[in-house]
Amino acid sequence: MTEREFARGGSERDQSEDVSLPQAASSHLDVSDLLDEIDLVLEENAEEFVKGFVQKGGQ
Amino acid sequence: MSVRRVMGIETEFGISNPRDSQANPMLLSSQVVNAYANKLMPNRIKRMRWDYDVESPLRDARGYDMSRAEADPSQLTDDDYGLANLVLFNGARFYVDHAHPEYSSPEVTNPWDAALWDSAGDRIIERSARYASTLTGELITVYKNNTDGKGVSYGTHENYQVDRAVPFSDLVKFLTPFFVTRCLFSGAGRVGLGQEGIEPGFQISQRADFFEAEVGLETTLRRPIINTRDEPHADPDLFRRLHVIIGDANMSQRATYLKMGTTAIVLSMIEAGFLKIDFELYDAVTSMHLVSHDIDLVTKQRLRDGNEMSALEIQKHYQRSAADYLVHIGNQDPMTSDVVANWGRVLHALETDKMSLANEVDWITKLSVMNGYRNRDQMLWSDPRLAAIDIQYADLRPEKGLGRVLQQKGKLELLFSEEEIERAINEPPVDTRAYFRGKCMEKFETEVAAASWDSLIFDIGEHTTLKRVTLPDAVGGTKAMTESLIAQSRDASQLLAAIAPAHGVA
Repeated sequence: MTEREFARGGSERDQSEDVSLPQAASSHLDVSDLLDEIDLVLEENAEEFVKGFVQKGGQ
Repeated sequence: MSVRRVMGIETEFGISNPRDSQANPMLLSSQVVNAYANKLMPNRIKRMRWDYDVESPLRDARGYDMSRAEADPSQLTDDDYGLANLVLFNGARFYVDHAHPEYSSPEVTNPWDAALWDSAGDRIIERSARYASTLTGELITVYKNNTDGKGVSYGTHENYQVDRAVPFSDLVKFLTPFFVTRCLFSGAGRVGLGQEGIEPGFQISQRADFFEAEVGLETTLRRPIINTRDEPHADPDLFRRLHVIIGDANMSQRATYLKMGTTAIVLSMIEAGFLKIDFELYDAVTSMHLVSHDIDLVTKQRLRDGNEMSALEIQKHYQRSAADYLVHIGNQDPMTSDVVANWGRVLHALETDKMSLANEVDWITKLSVMNGYRNRDQMLWSDPRLAAIDIQYADLRPEKGLGRVLQQKGKLELLFSEEEIERAINEPPVDTRAYFRGKCMEKFETEVAAASWDSLIFDIGEHTTLKRVTLPDAVGGTKAMTESLIAQSRDASQLLAAIAPAHGVA
C-alpha cells in the first residue's frame, strides 16, 4: 500500500482511482473577508437565540 | 500493532425548535428519527425493536451464527414503545436516547473509516431534521456539540475493541494523561468557563468541565475520565470494549480522524507492553479542567512526584513513543504512519504557531472566527453574539452552520468528497459485521423485527417465526463472507435456511 492509497482505509474501493492525500494547508484563517459573510448567517437576535438553546442532560 | 482495530463513534446531538424553546426534546428527537424512516425506509417493520437480549452465541467462522433457541416474541414487545429506533442500511443505529437523537456509527476497522461514517451520520441527522421540519411545519434544528452552555452536557462516545488480556489498571494508568491532554487537537472549543459557563472566557473543550471523577461507571453524572462500562459486543474472553466518554463532537473531519487514530495507536502500545510513562498526574480531574482552560498552552500540570509538565509535553511524550513504536515493529501500514506523522505535525504547530491550525482543529477554527469579531466589534467574551457563534458553529445545516459554511468555503479542511459521504450514508463498511446488518436491512427490510450490534431477529411469517441470527465477531459478517449468501437469498427464509444447516438448526 502506498501512502496515497491508505485513504481507502479498510474498505474496498476502486484501486485504480487516484486519490490524493488531503494536504493540510498551513495558512492562517483569514477571517477579515469572511466576517461579512458570517454576519449574514448569524442569528439576528443572538441573546434570544442563546437563551432559547436549552438542552436536557445526556450521557 | 497499528491504528487498525474495531472502533466506532456514538453521537448525541443537540436539538431544538428555535421558534419554540418550550418544545419537548423527546418529541422533537422522535420526530427527527421517524422522519428519516418514513422518508427512506417506508417498508420497514414499523415497530422494529432493538434486541437487548442476545443469547450466548454459537460461533461460526464465517462470523454469523444462529442461536439454537428461537427468540420469544414476548421479548420484542413494548418496553421502548414510542421511542424511535432504526438500524440503517449503512449498519448504523439511529434512535432516540432520552432527550437527544443519537447516531451510533457502524463498526469500522480504522480511524479513516470512523471519520467517514461519522460524517455520514452528520448528513443523515441533518436531512432527518429537514424532513421532520417539513412534516411538522415546525423548524427543527440539530447541533453537533456537547453542551448547551448552561450546565447540561451530552456525549460523543468512542468505542475501541481492546485485548482483554490488558489489565484494566494499565488502561487507567496509561490512558489518563493522554485523555486529559488530547483535547489540544480534538477539542471543539467553548465559550464560557465552568459547567454553567458563568465565568466569561473561551476554553479548548466542550466536555472537560463536566468531568468529576477519574474512573467509574457513570456517564450522566459524576462523569469519569475513564469509563468502566464493559459490554464487549464480542467474545468477552478475548475482548473488552473501551468506552471513551471524554471526547468532543468534532466538525473537523481531520480532528475526528486524529482523535480516533492517536487513541488507537496508544492502545496498541499498551497492549504490546511498549508504552512507558514515568509521570502520573497529581489530580487528573483538576488537570483536565486546567488544560481545557489554557488556550495559551502555558499552564503546567502538577505531577505526583512533585514535578510539572505542560499538556503539550505530555502529548509529545505519547507521540514520540508512538514514533519509536513504529520503528520497533517495522511498521508498513501507511495509515498508521500518517496518523503518527500528522500527530507530530499538529503538536509542533501548536507549539510554534497554533493559529496555523485554524483549518483543521475545531477550537482554533472557532477561536479564529471569534477573535475576528472581538477585534472588529470589540466584543467581550461575555457578549451573547460569541455564545451564538459557539452554538451555530455546530449547526449541521449547510446554509446556517458555521462549521459547514467554513467547510464549503475551503476554510475548514474536508477529508472526504461528497460522493464518498453519500456512499457511506447508504452503504455499510465492507469489513465488519455492519456489512451483514446493513445489507440485511436493505434487502430483507420487511422481515427484520429487531437488531442489535451482535444480532438480527427475522420475522419470516410462518409458525412461531422469530429467528435470531447472532454476530458475535465484529470482524465477521463481512462482504467477503456474506455477499454471495445474501445475493442468493430471495427472502429471509432462504437466508436462514442457508445459514441453519451449518448448525443443525432446521
